[in-house]
Amino acid sequence: MEAIHDHAMIGDCRAAALVSRRGTIDWLCWPRFDSPSVFGALLDDRAGHWTVSPTAPFESTQRYLAGTNVLETRFVTGAGVAVVTDLMPVASEQEKRRVLVGEHEVLRVIRCERGEVEIETLLRARPGYGLRTARMRDAGKLGIRVETGQGTMMLRGDMPLAISADGLVRGRTTLHAGERAHLSLVLACDWPAVLPPLGAWSNETVERSARWWRSWLSRLTYDGPSKGAVERSALVLKLLVFAPSGAVVAAPTTSLPERVGGDLNWDYRFCWLRDASLTVRALFGLGLDEEAESFVSWLLHSTRLTQPELQILYDVHGNVPRSEREIGELSGYLGSRPVRVGNAATDQVQLDVYGEVIDAVAHFVRRGGRLDRETERMLRAFGEHVCRHWQEPDEGIWEPRSGKRHNTHSRVLCWVALDNLLALHERGYLRRAPTERFSANRALIREEVEERAWNPRLQSYAAQLDGEQLDASTLLLSWYGYEPASSERMRRTYAQMRARLGAGDGLLYRYRSSDCPEEGAFGICSFWGAEYLALGGGSAEEAQELFQTLCGYANEVGLYAEEIDPETGRALGNFPQAFTHVGLINAALSLSERLRGEEPHARGVPRGQDTEARVLP
Amino acid sequence: MNVDVVSWLLWGFVGTIVLTTLMAGSQGLRLTRMNIPYMLGTMFTPSRDRAKLVGFIVHLVNGWIFALLYVIAFHSLGLATWWLGGLIGLVHAAFVLTAGMRILPGLHPRMASEQHGPTVTRQLEPPGFLALNYGVRTPVTVVVAHLLYGAILGGFYGV
Repeated sequence: MEAIHDHAMIGDCRAAALVSRRGTIDWLCWPRFDSPSVFGALLDDRAGHWTVSPTAPFESTQRYLAGTNVLETRFVTGAGVAVVTDLMPVASEQEKRRVLVGEHEVLRVIRCERGEVEIETLLRARPGYGLRTARMRDAGKLGIRVETGQGTMMLRGDMPLAISADGLVRGRTTLHAGERAHLSLVLACDWPAVLPPLGAWSNETVERSARWWRSWLSRLTYDGPSKGAVERSALVLKLLVFAPSGAVVAAPTTSLPERVGGDLNWDYRFCWLRDASLTVRALFGLGLDEEAESFVSWLLHSTRLTQPELQILYDVHGNVPRSEREIGELSGYLGSRPVRVGNAATDQVQLDVYGEVIDAVAHFVRRGGRLDRETERMLRAFGEHVCRHWQEPDEGIWEPRSGKRHNTHSRVLCWVALDNLLALHERGYLRRAPTERFSANRALIREEVEERAWNPRLQSYAAQLDGEQLDASTLLLSWYGYEPASSERMRRTYAQMRARLGAGDGLLYRYRSSDCPEEGAFGICSFWGAEYLALGGGSAEEAQELFQTLCGYANEVGLYAEEIDPETGRALGNFPQAFTHVGLINAALSLSERLRGEEPHARGVPRGQDTEARVLP
Repeated sequence: MNVDVVSWLLWGFVGTIVLTTLMAGSQGLRLTRMNIPYMLGTMFTPSRDRAKLVGFIVHLVNGWIFALLYVIAFHSLGLATWWLGGLIGLVHAAFVLTAGMRILPGLHPRMASEQHGPTVTRQLEPPGFLALNYGVRTPVTVVVAHLLYGAILGGFYGV
């Protein structure tokens, strides 16, 4: 089993695969992010994989083709050098009208750069999270057919492929300098498959996909520090956007542990509303207005069935995911059991989501959007719901399974919800808002937070009202406009956080508690630290230094998991994690604004309702 | 022989819609990947979205043409009942699954052949014998759909 850290991701904005440095695809849920896996060796060696690597001992490195999500794994053996190019092809709408394009494909192109390299491919499909044995049949020129239960996979290659008695598909070929081999795996679920030819067509597909990614990336308007890291984070985010709906999944994996050998193993292949505002600001900040607006639209329209109550998480089409279950047959990543699919957090109460969703809508308005009547009605209903429930305890942003508490972050986000609604009303975007009720509740929340969340003994905002623990989420008080970063209380909170939650070298734990003993430093919290400094909690130089230190924790291809092991600096938890990359982007945006002498993360809502402005799709 | 044109067009239309709905439902339930409108549409355009629309129109016209053959059979036998329609539907399905699927790769400009595999211009998976490439339950859904198509025509068309 290969380390989480030693993987890269490829995808087609519908599903994603993880490819290890040894040339193995050991995670792929097909055809959708939350479909059962067909390759799951990352969670159990027996759960399916697809390897392409030299037969001789080798050393390998990975990189993405510049500006793309097309991956290259370079193998150096004693006799030669081979490069495997991995991708899940994408095409523009124009190209889709011009040529037949399949629904789902993983394409692997092997080229020998130097000398002579014998390449072997081994494919073992184990659908249904490794619990099912795939039925396979050699269909001659049409390839090896593999029935997965989700559809039919067809593997073709321009090397001889054979099904062995132990359920493996094997193939070997020897390449000399300049020669190439191609392998294509397509999945057909609802339609007759489209079987792309190999050879020159495969090479063109690589070019076409690379062109598509570069064209997409050219829309980025960011020009600030660590541009490469920001671009890579944008490319990761794009891969985690489910294109048909605009939803952003938290990560493409389940049950990669927050503590190796432990049981903090959760399924992240869903969309968390908690991420809404931070994600939307990151997308708008990079100039990716189309993705940001699709996401806001998804937030508002996909949650209609439960409004005005909002669930914590939804699947990519806005349905509540199936209930959580454990797969006892899988050994888990390095023995980290249980492996879970589905997420029981869906039954929790998280009051902060109202603030996050409303703030996401406010970002849309700040970018020149306007609200239609239906959205106005929804927002008013959210505001009423907040007024009725903000005094209640909830599970909070980190979804611990130890019960409800009066979480400071949730209270402040209720304040953010009402504050944004009032600002939208004052600026003419939200009509018929019950302003007195919203305003009175906003004042009550602030009064309670200032009296009960500020702990004079700790000299810090505490994680809970009247609490003694710290929580990195209170760094967001400045981000959401509740308290200036330069205020005394925020400065002291930050200092306490560094002292008590610091994991060394700029890293931060999200909290220290018996709920999550020995977990790693939290990726996004560490970036919140850098952004807090950029927002005015420190000097621009301090912010930049910390930000660049944190950028050093990315893996070889620029990806982050949810957490970072402070001892080794390596990735822990589900991977790659949208939330961490969102944190990186937001910190970079605020830092670059600060360096340009602008107000970082300005939150003002423009006055008036421009009738020419865009409405949500 | 006096063909009742209105009845032919009406029940030919209804039968085709029921057949299409049944096949689409079978696809949704993962019983088959056979999608006749898509297969017909890709004869005219590579665009998936356009193919579905064009294919549906072609499929509808085909439904009327086949309905006319059913109607002629009813008139020549002097009988139109649901079971006779179903019987003709059975023969129709057997023809589609055997000869029809066999000759389709030769007729379809974008369909690959089982013997030569995909090429730059021919990439669509061929159906194979009894259309089994599209799932082992495909023949059953095709037979049931055509039985129903024939039964509707036989049951509602008056000779």
